[in-house]
Amino acid sequence: MAQLTRRATDLLKPFSVALSSTRLLTTTTSTTPITVETSLPFTGHRIDPPSRSVETTPQELMTFFRDMALMRRMEIAADSLYKAKLIRGFCHLYDGQEAVAVGMEAAITKKDCIITAYRDHCIFLGRGGTLLQCFAELMGRKDGCSKGKGGSMHFYKKDSGFYGGHGIVGAQIPLGCGLAFAQKYSKDETVTFALYGDGAANQGQLFEALNMAALWDLPAILVCENNHYGMGTAEWRAAKSPAYYKRGDYVPGLKVDGMDVFAVKQACKFAKEHALKNGPIVSAY
Amino acid sequence: MLRIMRNKLDAPVFTSPFLKPAGLALRSYSSSAKQMTVREALNSALDEEMSADHNVFLMGEEVGEYQGAYKVSKGLLQKFGPERVVDTPITEAGFTGIGVGAAFYGLRPVVEFMTFNFAMQAIDHIINSAAKTNYMSAGNINVPIVFRGPNGAAAGVGAQHSQCYAAWYGSCPGLKVLIPYSSEDARGLLKAAIRDPDPVVFLENELLYGEAFPVSAEVLDSRFCIPIGKAKIEREGKHVTITAFSKMVGFSLKAAETLAKDGIDAEVINLRSIRPLDRPTINASVRKTNRLVTVEEGFPQHGVGAEICASIVEDSFGYLDSPVERIAGADVPMPYAANLERMALPQVEDIISLENILKDVDENQGAPTSNEDQTPMMPLGVESNLGDAFHETETWQLNGASGLQVWEEVFW
Repeated sequence: MAQLTRRATDLLKPFSVALSSTRLLTTTTSTTPITVETSLPFTGHRIDPPSRSVETTPQELMTFFRDMALMRRMEIAADSLYKAKLIRGFCHLYDGQEAVAVGMEAAITKKDCIITAYRDHCIFLGRGGTLLQCFAELMGRKDGCSKGKGGSMHFYKKDSGFYGGHGIVGAQIPLGCGLAFAQKYSKDETVTFALYGDGAANQGQLFEALNMAALWDLPAILVCENNHYGMGTAEWRAAKSPAYYKRGDYVPGLKVDGMDVFAVKQACKFAKEHALKNGPIVSAY
Repeated sequence: MLRIMRNKLDAPVFTSPFLKPAGLALRSYSSSAKQMTVREALNSALDEEMSADHNVFLMGEEVGEYQGAYKVSKGLLQKFGPERVVDTPITEAGFTGIGVGAAFYGLRPVVEFMTFNFAMQAIDHIINSAAKTNYMSAGNINVPIVFRGPNGAAAGVGAQHSQCYAAWYGSCPGLKVLIPYSSEDARGLLKAAIRDPDPVVFLENELLYGEAFPVSAEVLDSRFCIPIGKAKIEREGKHVTITAFSKMVGFSLKAAETLAKDGIDAEVINLRSIRPLDRPTINASVRKTNRLVTVEEGFPQHGVGAEICASIVEDSFGYLDSPVERIAGADVPMPYAANLERMALPQVEDIISLENILKDVDENQGAPTSNEDQTPMMPLGVESNLGDAFHETETWQLNGASGLQVWEEVFW
């Protein structure tokens, strides 16, 4: 009876408090390595894919869960606010894609750069942004990360290597290659992840930028987050070839299961090592 | 972000352009004798800025091994190496985006377009990625980039290679738009543009590259810089104000010389900066002369002259003795044939033959005495007597008869 009461009161406590209840304390700080197999194998294009075995720790597992659950909650809340017309204009949600944001952060540092399109709320959070900055910006308040002047599509955090937040489909890819150019120019030994959707994968400027990235061996990693829709149009109606990881032709590619945070972590680690040594790589999640 | 440098003797030559008293000479002294072409001026400015700041680099088509499509970047590859003078493929959208991304990170790119006609392929990056980012990020990311290249008509290059983009870029908040005329302008404005923390569109002119101008020792100093947003009064006068930029400054000065023989003293203003536009200088001049003629090479509708006219009407309407006159290129894609091209662009004769200058001032009110010379505007919606060449648009009667002549000759 006492046990039941305690469990019920656990449920009534706020999320963060419930997490830190006594039973879980021993596992959240543990750093004993655990090896996990990714659910699906990787597929390589002109490259040998990485191993399916991923190293992790209980502490990392807990942060993965916490971060992804937080992101999911945030996006659902944003959806409600949008329907209540408290968020105006556009509101592109990332719920379902959280594993990409979280897995990527686990593999890189804040000196590496990330640039994405307008589905940027969770990436911003992953790069160190706060919920307050997020919601304030969405609702047009001066405490927002862009002081209310940007809106949903224009979150930035330069000090943690997050370069936005772009409204024009495909524009972020040459910009991302430019960041990689600057990293190479400055000899920083860091990389840039330029994220885009399957809709943007057909943009001409992607191929222009990829050509230059390959020509100059820029440490640019192109990441296609394939949710099978470009705005309202299904993938099969928009793209002749849905194998986005092969679109780079002479540029190596990697196909990754984007729903598996361990696969994402492994792929990003692998891509970073590749990009620093050999130049650009295209990946499709 | 101007770097302030003092010379060793601690006698300030140039501490900062903004501290320099307005009247002090940024004029070129003809007595100093050194002549410099605009091309050399641009080359030396690039050279000096790249030497002073390692973050500055040049990218564009043919800038490296070819020594520059117009030889503006001659010698730079040899001096600075291929990491800093980057030849790009013919992919404007791609390399402009890469330049803007590099500027996000903190480098200071100079992106060269072979002409600004090709920049239209990259205009999304110039406007949406570069110009607007500082505002959208509330200052988190500034974009210290310069977009430069020839703008406007060259000679016989046809419609797709001859457009002037001053008005297009001039309307966009977040951009600075500079447009030099002389070598002094070219040097000083390019240095200011490269040092500026915000995106600058730097509109050169292919036909001016080879023209030589006298430059003083001050201009040749590596610290020389012209403030952005200040126009220059090239020739002082009291009867009419003529505003111009780029090649049209030269034409306006020639027109002013001819007018002077007839006793008409024209004040010629070299705008130098389209955005921000130096409204105080233009207004002060019009308040002095009471008449205004705006000269530009570009298309008339929504042009720079239209903006200047609106500015004068807003701020100095009571001072005008006659309506503002706009001289612009013909409202037609640039024709190829030499005689047609000449008619599609303002010439010195067009600047001289203006009603604004030729009208007599009425004793009572300064109103014009006769309207006979004035060729009427075609009313909206009426088909021109030239048939249905451009049947949707009203035709513009520009430059008096020559504008009409262009329509006739171009389309028939």
